[in-house]
Amino acid sequence: MCASPYYRMQIMMCAGTGCIASGSLDVKNALERELAKRNLQNEVQIVMTGCNGFCAMGPLVVIYPDGIFYNQVKPEHAPVIVEEHILKGRVVEKLLFKDETVKGRVPLMKDIGFFGLQRLIVLRNRGLIDAENIDEYIARDGYSALAKAITEMTPEQVIEEVKKSGLRGRGGGGFPTGLKWEECRRYDNFPKYTICNGDEGDPGAFMDRSVMEGDPHSVLEGMAISGYAIGAEQGYIYVRAEYPLAIQRLQKAIEDARSYGLLGENILDKGFDFDIAIAPGAGAFVCGESTALMYSIEGKRGMPRIKPPRSAEAGLWNQPTNLNNVETFANLNPIILNGADWFASIGTENSKGTKVFALTGAVINVGLVEVPMGTSLKTLIFDIGGGIPKKRKFKSAQIGGPSGGCIPLGMEDVQIDYESLQGVGAMMGSGGVVVMDEATCMVDTARFFTNFSVDESCGKCTPCREGLKVMFDKLTDIVEGRGQEGDVEFLIELGHHINNTSHCGLGKSAANPVLSTIRYFRNEYDAHIRDKRCPALVCPDLIDFEVIEEKCKMCGMCFKNCPSDAIVWEKKKVAWIDRSKCTKCRTCIMNCKFGAIR
Amino acid sequence: MQERDALLKKKVQDSADILPPEKLMLLEPIIEKYQGSTSYLIPALKEAQEMFGYLPMEVQRKLSMGLNIPAPHVYGVVTFYSFFTITPRGRHTIRLCLGTACYVKGSKQILEIITREVGINVGETSKDGRFTLEAVRCLGACGLAPVMMIGEDTHGNIIPSGTLNILEGYQ
Repeated sequence: MCASPYYRMQIMMCAGTGCIASGSLDVKNALERELAKRNLQNEVQIVMTGCNGFCAMGPLVVIYPDGIFYNQVKPEHAPVIVEEHILKGRVVEKLLFKDETVKGRVPLMKDIGFFGLQRLIVLRNRGLIDAENIDEYIARDGYSALAKAITEMTPEQVIEEVKKSGLRGRGGGGFPTGLKWEECRRYDNFPKYTICNGDEGDPGAFMDRSVMEGDPHSVLEGMAISGYAIGAEQGYIYVRAEYPLAIQRLQKAIEDARSYGLLGENILDKGFDFDIAIAPGAGAFVCGESTALMYSIEGKRGMPRIKPPRSAEAGLWNQPTNLNNVETFANLNPIILNGADWFASIGTENSKGTKVFALTGAVINVGLVEVPMGTSLKTLIFDIGGGIPKKRKFKSAQIGGPSGGCIPLGMEDVQIDYESLQGVGAMMGSGGVVVMDEATCMVDTARFFTNFSVDESCGKCTPCREGLKVMFDKLTDIVEGRGQEGDVEFLIELGHHINNTSHCGLGKSAANPVLSTIRYFRNEYDAHIRDKRCPALVCPDLIDFEVIEEKCKMCGMCFKNCPSDAIVWEKKKVAWIDRSKCTKCRTCIMNCKFGAIR
Repeated sequence: MQERDALLKKKVQDSADILPPEKLMLLEPIIEKYQGSTSYLIPALKEAQEMFGYLPMEVQRKLSMGLNIPAPHVYGVVTFYSFFTITPRGRHTIRLCLGTACYVKGSKQILEIITREVGINVGETSKDGRFTLEAVRCLGACGLAPVMMIGEDTHGNIIPSGTLNILEGYQ
């Protein structure tokens, strides 16, 4: 902990995007006021940290030295925190995390299941440092890896170390990072570039955002190490336009690092020059593809090109270029400092280290988790995620965003590593895990992802541009009740064509959501097509909007919640739906606890 | 798809008679700052859009001349990236997230409510110029799903019945 010795306590206030949206800045102001009122501002320090990961329970406050974890803190709680905890040393019971599995409140962060099972390498500084303070990063061994690399190691040794560690690209493809660097180093064509891919476009993924906002220096350090290894003097970070806070924090981090002589000319007097610039994106999913991203930095339309030549040979402005993901760069400091053997001891045989996942959807503990490779999906969802809310059943987990696939119930024992996931028709992707419960229609989900890919296709190659559109229209027919026998076979054939003949990674994987849902949920497709029925009661055109009399408990919840007064109900009478007023909004279905509407 | 086709139709409308020439002079500092390389085009367009709120044809032409980049190239870039717009905006831009996590948690319903109550579809601006509605793919705040941004404010954990209350705060 890097705090001035004069402070006897630190209040770590989460200032990640999630907590800010839940009002953490107001809580901070309220706490400051309370501290000032009692003249404690010189005894107790408030630190604004990066994303803590447990976004669903925000705003989050952790008070050190004890490490007491408070969640869902509101500004009006500030007086009681200061009065009870800070002054009297008593823990504020009602703000502690309520653990459903042990039926009690848990005061310490490490005892909470969500945190306890994680292993932090990339997120090593999470919730511990002020993201905008370079000194705090340095106090946590920051920039020591860069120093070690350029003072004690040759570029070849750095590459060898990274190769030995078994680190693979965390952006989804899983290409060995060391090999990539080695190839780029081989070309004697200067200048060379190293680029950080911060274009985190997969819906349901926000781990890169959290790293860039919460620990920007770890990315810069990783980039500088890669620059040294491949012989580049200039780096670029490509950040999505949707992440203004990340851009702002990275900008400050770059300026601070320059003023400390950790970026710029002649770093640490070793004759190594390296500087970094930010290239903000402008909203195009396909720019996450390496060649498209480089065109975008050049100020052109971000359309992928045919490889070879690979970027390592001719990338940005046709110069040799290395491109890695945010999370990959954040792994480098610990690898160089602790050695390749240490890193290789974590994970499975072919997938080393840890992976950060954004756990979202129908799961109790929504947030950011980092687990060793090889952890089972079950552990991730049920032990860390706390299971499915509202006593519903787990149906499937979607991994890898629009390029990934759905893993169904019964296969949740699958290990999370690159090969195992591919084996079940999903992929690691950037690490978004969206949990779906029984109230999710898989056909509708497949249609949703296809719509995404249709919109985001750059339009350059035909299978992706036209094929996906045909696929989307077919899926629309199915969810709107116009499905025909043979549609599923058509989708499978078309899907394989799209995957096999598209140009870039987007198209090559764009049919995965459809193919994987057909593989595991064929019965739902059949129900839509043959019976004109949506088993999950999601597709409005395939729902009758009828009350099942035997199941209706006459509670009136449907009546109270209907926005268009289409429900007729009196006390102790079974409700019925007036079809002429019904807008098929499904509010009644969502509010009926007894499943009495079909 | 329909929303995209509608947008495309809008994008080709020329708006040459909206901006007076003296306003275009405001672009001079941007041109000066970003001259010299094609790679500055995207930042230049961003600044221009911040200044005018959108990128009408004459702004694109002016930037094209000033930065010495062919006009079709500028237009190509503007229409490729979703961040840029060729039509004027409402006072408040609603960015409703339709990413996976938000979708699973019911953001489609919120979209229906906004469409019905405000009377605009995705990509449209309300007649009184109060709101522009955009559907975005993941704001990276999935922990708070469903999420929407209005201007710079992020609203999380929206419940359908509370949607209109949130909109009330933006006149």
